[in-house]
Amino acid sequence: MMNREVNKQYSSGEVLAPPTERYTVLGWLKKNLFSTWYYTLLTLVTLYVLYAVLKPTLFWALKQAEWEVVVVNLRLFMVGQYPADQIFRIWIALHLLAFTAGLAWAIWLPKARRIGAFLLLIPLGLAALPFISGFSRLNWILFDIFALAGWGLGIWKPKAMRRPLIWLLLAYFPILILLILGVEPILKIVKTNLWGGLLLTMLLAVVGITVSFPLGILLALGRQSKLPIVKGFSVLYIEIIRGVPLVTVLFMAQLMLPLFLPPQIKIDNVLRAMAGIILFAAAYMAENVRGGLQAIPKGQHEAAWALGLSGFQTMYYIILPQALRNVIPVIVGQFIALFKDTSLVAIVGLLDLLGIASTVLAQPEFIGHQREVYLFIALIYWVFSYAMSYASRRLEVALGVGER
Amino acid sequence: MNEAVPFWRDERVLKWIAQITFLVAVVVSVWYLYHNMITALAARNLLPSFHFLKLTAGFDIGEHLIPYSRSSTYGRAFLVGVLNTIEVSFLGIIFATILGIIIGLMRLSTNWLLNKLASIYIEIIRNVPLLVLLVFWYTGVFLQFPRLKQAKILPGPTIVSNRGIAMPWGIPTAGWHTYLYILLVGLILAAIVWWRLTLIGKRTGRMPLVTVWSSLTFLGVAAVGWGLVTLIFHQAPLAMSTPEIKGLRTVGGLELTPEFLALFSGLVFYTAAFIAEVVRAGIQSVSKGQIEAARALGLNGFQTLRLVVFPQALRVIVPPMTSQYLNLTKNSSLAVFIGFPDLYSVAGTIHNQTGRAVEVTLLMMGVYLSFSLATSIFMNWYNKKIRLVER
Repeated sequence: MMNREVNKQYSSGEVLAPPTERYTVLGWLKKNLFSTWYYTLLTLVTLYVLYAVLKPTLFWALKQAEWEVVVVNLRLFMVGQYPADQIFRIWIALHLLAFTAGLAWAIWLPKARRIGAFLLLIPLGLAALPFISGFSRLNWILFDIFALAGWGLGIWKPKAMRRPLIWLLLAYFPILILLILGVEPILKIVKTNLWGGLLLTMLLAVVGITVSFPLGILLALGRQSKLPIVKGFSVLYIEIIRGVPLVTVLFMAQLMLPLFLPPQIKIDNVLRAMAGIILFAAAYMAENVRGGLQAIPKGQHEAAWALGLSGFQTMYYIILPQALRNVIPVIVGQFIALFKDTSLVAIVGLLDLLGIASTVLAQPEFIGHQREVYLFIALIYWVFSYAMSYASRRLEVALGVGER
Repeated sequence: MNEAVPFWRDERVLKWIAQITFLVAVVVSVWYLYHNMITALAARNLLPSFHFLKLTAGFDIGEHLIPYSRSSTYGRAFLVGVLNTIEVSFLGIIFATILGIIIGLMRLSTNWLLNKLASIYIEIIRNVPLLVLLVFWYTGVFLQFPRLKQAKILPGPTIVSNRGIAMPWGIPTAGWHTYLYILLVGLILAAIVWWRLTLIGKRTGRMPLVTVWSSLTFLGVAAVGWGLVTLIFHQAPLAMSTPEIKGLRTVGGLELTPEFLALFSGLVFYTAAFIAEVVRAGIQSVSKGQIEAARALGLNGFQTLRLVVFPQALRVIVPPMTSQYLNLTKNSSLAVFIGFPDLYSVAGTIHNQTGRAVEVTLLMMGVYLSFSLATSIFMNWYNKKIRLVER
């Protein structure tokens, strides 16, 4: 009976799925946990260790920990001392980001709906947190609405929206800076020393990756160049920066940058740290871009030359567009690394997410709450890095990067 | 026919012009920055010079591997910082490698629990900044240990308190230096044994137990030397010293401060997660056919790993491992945030006292650069040694 059915399916040309293995619970346990005597031993020891570690940890987190310190200081953690009546500007920047991202998603990744839906759940989850203000809750919901609006627009008119999207992406970075910093008659200037918390962390990472991108391309081209002086300079720069820790670069930016500039130019702490991060990120960016450049087969160069393109034209029209597309996943990885690395600005005294934690802990009523505070900021870093790396991994699979 | 290309279209000439323009631009901008710097420094009466290294430092450093006090020079203080960095990086690299390999193998294990635990560990650690981890580890764990009065005393005795961990340790006695020479002799003998046995192995095609015999040689010399030194000096080269609580501090034994412990364990736990991924990728890069072929030849599981999988995996592992080691060394500079006196931290103090930003930055970057250079030279040499020699 079974056989005949199978044969029928074969003859009709259908492809059968491979037989799925079926386990009973006991069978699964035996195969995955207790297959040999030493695995049994290992499993039991591991279970005991887990119990010994998790029990006190959970007891502490649920019973002893006082999470009030986080709830009371939530705004400090998020935006630092950014004036409360100006916070709507950050929300506008976020909504614009949501709109742009939704549009880009619809045009470039129309098939990756499920990952997009997953990303949309995050703001909803944030809006559902019990301890945030009504204003923030409303804004998180608005964030999703804007993202959906952008997405809908992109799905509705994918061809016509292509060009505006590019413009929007290019304009986003200056708009962001203008919104946060302010333009005098319309928006009040908020000095950089008031930027703090997650806002500062994010801005440092975004500015770092955006500005270091063109610098990195130049350095990578310089390293590939056949001109010995240009090449030597690029190699020297890249290797020196990659050979020293980020803190020393930040130290140099804090102390030596003011010396290098003429005395009438004064730059504050945040700008100095930004300069340090950009100089640092450029060297790593250069290496990433170089990887992309080296992956372009030589035939592309030769074909371009044969078509009569000049060296500059070959680079600009043929090589760079292909190389840069290939390195996008790597650059996402670098962005995540940079997002984590910006925590080092706390060492030079900036009030980023980590720096603000020390400020919070210095308040007399919250002394001795290090565990709660540091766990909370670790969680924030973790959620962002994990969501970004998860989304980029899924996108690589969905887009088939590296499978062509 | 003999048209010469005009020089403004001759590629060779153009290339030189481009390079000279670039060079001039670089030199001019560097000179401009340098000029600004010298003017600013001259105004503060701090023209660059390294004479300050010979002045008295006047500050204390909590941990030093070489004798140091407040009356030592800045140069000495800097050296203390360099040695502390080397100490913590060296130990960190060794322990991170061990832990990383264990977690990497767990990640590949068919045991569901071990496998999941390893991947959860890796996903947690890799997505949190090291600095946050270090601060949490320092303030949330090591400083939360019981006070010295209620210290936990583990067998040994090892005293665990919020002042760190104190454990029994050997203290060098009069015969220690002699004993060190004997150890050196042992090392040389072991090397000779290694070399001879490898030669024999190559000639006969049957490799004797090279590692076992040479380690036995070394251990034998070490044991005989210990007895000899004890006989001659009437005391062993190392005397056992056990820690005890005296008032507000512990005395004797080896004292590990909470700063050192937090930095060391933070670096180890953090880097191990990255090394685990490197190890996993390396082992997975060995094609399944190799393992099946080895089993078909009659090698057992352990032999397959040792003779077939590891040598091939090592080629994939070494380059990324090098960069993990370099990262660990560079990351040790985060010590300053939890108060361990490493190179960066000491350099910062020196800068605060002398105001010599330029010199301190140059020294610091120079030292880190030479660490990076030394590590990558060594690892490149090792990489060349194990590389697949293709026809």
